[in-house]
Amino acid sequence: MMLESIREKMAYQPLLLGIVALLASAALALASGATGAAIAAAEAKDLRDSLSEVLPAGLADNDFLSDTVDLEKDGKTVTIYRARQGGAMTAALFKVSERGYAGEIQVLMAVDMSGRILGVRVLKHSETPGLGDKIEVRKTPWVLDFAGKALGEPAAELWAVKKDNGVFEQFAGATVTPRAVVKAVKGGLAFFAAHQREISA
Amino acid sequence: MSDQAYGRIFKDGLWEQNVVFAQMLALCPTMAVTTSGTNGLGMGLASTVVLVVSNMLVAMIRHTVSSQVRIPVFVVLIATLVTIVDMAMNAWLHELYKVLGLFIALIVVNCAILGRAEAYAVKNGVWVSALDGIAMGLGFTAALTLIGLIRELLGAGTLFAQASQLLGPSFAFLEVQVPDYGGALLMILPPGGFAVLGFLLAGKRLLDQRLAARAAALPMADVASA
Repeated sequence: MMLESIREKMAYQPLLLGIVALLASAALALASGATGAAIAAAEAKDLRDSLSEVLPAGLADNDFLSDTVDLEKDGKTVTIYRARQGGAMTAALFKVSERGYAGEIQVLMAVDMSGRILGVRVLKHSETPGLGDKIEVRKTPWVLDFAGKALGEPAAELWAVKKDNGVFEQFAGATVTPRAVVKAVKGGLAFFAAHQREISA
Repeated sequence: MSDQAYGRIFKDGLWEQNVVFAQMLALCPTMAVTTSGTNGLGMGLASTVVLVVSNMLVAMIRHTVSSQVRIPVFVVLIATLVTIVDMAMNAWLHELYKVLGLFIALIVVNCAILGRAEAYAVKNGVWVSALDGIAMGLGFTAALTLIGLIRELLGAGTLFAQASQLLGPSFAFLEVQVPDYGGALLMILPPGGFAVLGFLLAGKRLLDQRLAARAAALPMADVASA
């Protein structure tokens, strides 16, 4: 057979590898082109869904996904989404993060213009299942406690878990995780207070 | 191919050459995702789809690929396939992707896929290779689901938690919660995975030994009764 005889030739191997790599890249490029728009749309919808979850209904009539301002926080860029009602800004939504027990915990928070928390959700974490994952709203309502709080309400030294003489509950067997979330939210409020002028500009 | 040979493929996939319990392949994803029955099931099903398609592709090109470069060719093929599946699911089955997405990327490092390409698809036709993919995939799915269910039951006191997110709301009846059981966290953590796998392996060996002993005893019994 023809194929049998050329298959063992030296030049056949690199040629074959090259062709396979070329075909694979072409297939990937095609797939990426075909799915790119749909993936971007799906991710934008995800973001909108999670933003709407921390923002109480009736506070925004604008498309806050495209009304953003980028600010610097600890060397990283934070995107702030601005919710408006009738043109007046009602709330700022942004992500903050803090090191938890097992890696970064990403927290999304919404703050109204007086610096009061409207809502907090944990977006991403890799805490211990069964212990630290109680910060997820579908596991326990713990994270809902943040709503209505502000810097100074409770006082700065009470912005901590109960074990550290603060006001926030911790979980049996997992103190590091809620401590990190409290710290992240407190840091987010301080960040909002320090940059309120740029945020509402 | 005879019915017997088809039976052989499924017997191998589900029991005698089971990816996890006999070949001991793909232990990395096995340990990582079997923290619940639902996760095990999801990983198993996603792997099965990739396994069937990759087996078919490898069988299709088996005459063109020379043995010297077959491994890199298969690796490129599988990685491409998994990436396309990942992108397509992210784009068009986004809700399912949010549940399964974590597993799809793990399939690339699943040596069971390359293992079947090497051990079976490269020597066999397209359709039997597809069958082998189905059988091996189902065996893998069964193993992952079993380990996941045991770890979940002992560790969290639930069965198939969040199954309705993966399979749709009509499967909510699968979700079981053991009342008044806090769960032994150890079983959810990696050591629990190794412990459960160890006990299951020992159990399978024991069962295989019993079966072999019975098979060996049978002809003798025939002689004795004659």
